[in-house]
Amino acid sequence: MHLPGRKNRDSTAFAGRGMTEPALVRWFLIASALAFLALFLFVPLAAVFSQALEKGWDAYIEAIREPDALTAIKLTVVTAAIAVPLNLVFGVSAAWAIAKFKFRGKSFLITLIDLPFSVSPVISGLIYVLLFGLQGWLGPWLQEHNVKIIFAVPGIVLATIFVTFPFVARELIPLMEAQGKDEEEAATVLGASGLQTFFRVTLPNVRWGIIYGVILCNARAMGEFGAVSVVSGHIRGSTNTVPLHVEILYNEYNYAAAFAVASLLALLALVTLAVKSVAEWKMRKEA
Amino acid sequence: MLLKNIRKIALVSLLVLSFPLGALAEVNLLNVSYDPTRELYQDFNAAFAKYWKKKAGEDVVVKQSHGGSGKQARAVIDGLEADVVTLALAYDIDEIHDKAKLIPENWQKRLPHNSSPYTSTIVFLVRKGNPKKIKDWNDLVKPGVAVITPNPKTSGGARWNYLAAWAYALKQKGGNDAKAKEFVTKLFKNVPVLDSGARGSTTTFVQRGQGDVLLAWENEAFLAVNELGKDKFEIVVPSLSILAEPPVTVVDKVVDRKGTRKVAEEYLKYLYTPEGQELAAKNYYRPIDKKVAAKYAKTFTKVKLITIDEVFGGWRKAQKTHFADGGVFDQIYTPSK
Amino acid sequence: MALHNKKNSVIPGFGPTLGYTIFYLSLIVLIPLSALVIKSTDLSWQQFVGAVTADRVLASYRVTFGAALMAAAANAFFGVLVAWVLVRYRFPGKRLVDALVDLPFALPTAVAGITLATVYSSNGWLGRYLEPRGIKVAFTPVGIFVAMTFIGLPFVVRTVQPVLEELESEVEEAAVCLGACRWQTFSRVLFPTLLPSVLTGFALAFARAVGEYGSVIFIAGNMPMVSEITPLLIITKLEQYDYAGATAIASVMLGASFILLFAVNLLQWWSRRYAE
Repeated sequence: MHLPGRKNRDSTAFAGRGMTEPALVRWFLIASALAFLALFLFVPLAAVFSQALEKGWDAYIEAIREPDALTAIKLTVVTAAIAVPLNLVFGVSAAWAIAKFKFRGKSFLITLIDLPFSVSPVISGLIYVLLFGLQGWLGPWLQEHNVKIIFAVPGIVLATIFVTFPFVARELIPLMEAQGKDEEEAATVLGASGLQTFFRVTLPNVRWGIIYGVILCNARAMGEFGAVSVVSGHIRGSTNTVPLHVEILYNEYNYAAAFAVASLLALLALVTLAVKSVAEWKMRKEA
Repeated sequence: MLLKNIRKIALVSLLVLSFPLGALAEVNLLNVSYDPTRELYQDFNAAFAKYWKKKAGEDVVVKQSHGGSGKQARAVIDGLEADVVTLALAYDIDEIHDKAKLIPENWQKRLPHNSSPYTSTIVFLVRKGNPKKIKDWNDLVKPGVAVITPNPKTSGGARWNYLAAWAYALKQKGGNDAKAKEFVTKLFKNVPVLDSGARGSTTTFVQRGQGDVLLAWENEAFLAVNELGKDKFEIVVPSLSILAEPPVTVVDKVVDRKGTRKVAEEYLKYLYTPEGQELAAKNYYRPIDKKVAAKYAKTFTKVKLITIDEVFGGWRKAQKTHFADGGVFDQIYTPSK
Repeated sequence: MALHNKKNSVIPGFGPTLGYTIFYLSLIVLIPLSALVIKSTDLSWQQFVGAVTADRVLASYRVTFGAALMAAAANAFFGVLVAWVLVRYRFPGKRLVDALVDLPFALPTAVAGITLATVYSSNGWLGRYLEPRGIKVAFTPVGIFVAMTFIGLPFVVRTVQPVLEELESEVEEAAVCLGACRWQTFSRVLFPTLLPSVLTGFALAFARAVGEYGSVIFIAGNMPMVSEITPLLIITKLEQYDYAGATAIASVMLGASFILLFAVNLLQWWSRRYAE
């Protein structure tokens, strides 16, 4: 990873004696890391694309341009566009409170933030059904006032926020803790306001963490299946997200189209890589 | 001043926007259905839209929602605004009455033939050439035969599979409940994978190459053969099977609120017309209309069909004895105490 | 809960950030989850205990938590390795590999399950080589492990990576100057610094694996007592309109995950204090 204008962190920087491993060890480590990734990641990924292109490019493009697929893509983008910024604001504020201050019950709070990870996606959908469903606490009232939450877009957004809740916070907390608070303290003593301190001192130090967090949060938001499936109602052409659309196609024995649409989500990882690289390049130019 | 202008513009644009919408009187229906009916209702919705435009001059758009039958019923109970439900078994629709009172208790009496415009049954799908020589239910319990079926606890179709096997054992010479239980236990000992839904099982059998025989809805078996390879699979119809009646109903509370009762009722009635029956038969559901049935007699092998009411005393009872927690199906898998 | 101790910090913003954190946390997580727990109290205590300690449920805890633990352990080990390789070494295709690590998040879990089942079943790309050697992956508990490893893979990599990147090379240089060999530098200097993030990643991967449903059911085989996971039993209960029973099992899982996560977080907190 090149950090622009700062320390160069490639192996070259550690080239001094004892600062890196002998070539043999290095290649062995690379090889075993890649072997692990191959078994659990590359081969399945290759399978997705090979199945997606089984019927050729035309079928691939057709599957993606189909109106139901387009509606699903739109809904997924809208959902992520709401969920990710909300969780970003939360993540930064939680990390600030947790990493820069001492208070009782901190571990407890962190654990609560982690909790949505461990909740089965099925349950994360169900809790909103229990709250807003017709048999739930608020359901009858909502129906009376003609407000639709579950089996409509708000429910999908809520479930997505829930499952991606911890990502940004979890990425930032260890990072901001590892950095300590000397720099922020110095800035404050020199008269900077809280926001100034954050934007001028903290943010430059943690921007990679934030970018990682947002990328993960976004990827998961777009890929979530279980929780959204419970609250979506699966109405074709209106409440299906991309993952749900994939399931529908798959269940129609339309395997090639299913994997074609799924490969869009896999491509997402590659697109975010491009975004990351461009941002890096720009910053380096500025430096 | 500026504010006033903005308001004016907003008002005008609202009018402009709402005008074409008002002119295109369009009715929206939501049909909440189970997994295997996708193809059927795709055809049927298009046909109905045409029919309704001619009859009432209204454009009707029917939206579809598919999923496991039980899951779909639950969504309706929890507030999914279905105008009509077309599910796999009456028990699931009963629950919509029991749990949410969205329909009257006698819903099944409102349309002919137990509100089931088409029927189906359970058949076997085997690999080409039938290498394990599977002809009937008793071939399924032989050692070395791997049977693929979804989990009856999570799949409506699998419940029909299970009950058909039970009924077969019961109808053999000297058959009784104990023997039937033994038979079904042996059968499930031959099941290597229990998928949660019917389509998952089909994929496991067809794509993953697991198992020697798939227990499936008749229409699913036809679809699998046609979509996935005529040269790879064969359908075997056993000596006895179960009459599966997938029922339909209007969801009263929803259509009354949305004001769609009339068109929703017509939609279901259209299923019973010769056109509707034809579409059902084309999608491999057994039509109840005599004429259409005669026309498609070649497609559907004659088989002795038992009904759930005569053998199991109705769905509620069957559900309670066999599939509820601690029921017979659970006993098959938990070590006896 | 959070009585803060302002005198040891001059940095502003504690009140608003913590306040907002707690507000948002309550709104999105705590209130909905309490609905779950309250629903489970529809059952009497005896019914509750009966529901959560039935034989099949107990067997499913063993399968779920066992496989999740193994998967998280595998991810912790290989995650550090992958992060290390990605941060410290150069090799062709490194950036591509870096991007692909996030894939398990982006791929819908159902697709992941279907794909893994395709790859690892007896006629799949990997399965056809594994099966003749007696390693049956798809439709066995091993399949559950594979699916859980897949979905938890990014966690350790992505929590360790930024910490590793921000690590000052001075510390290592100092260690080297003091005569430490490479392994000593790693085990004595680097590893303790990385440990909190490794633990975080481990806990997250574990927690995620425990709740996983979509990808596991396609590859697990779902045989009662053998390869049936707890979330599947929750679904089974839901299919029978037994919301109370479903929420009872869900509450137990929630409690167990909470305790485990809490333990890891305490351990971290303690190790940091010890380090200071």
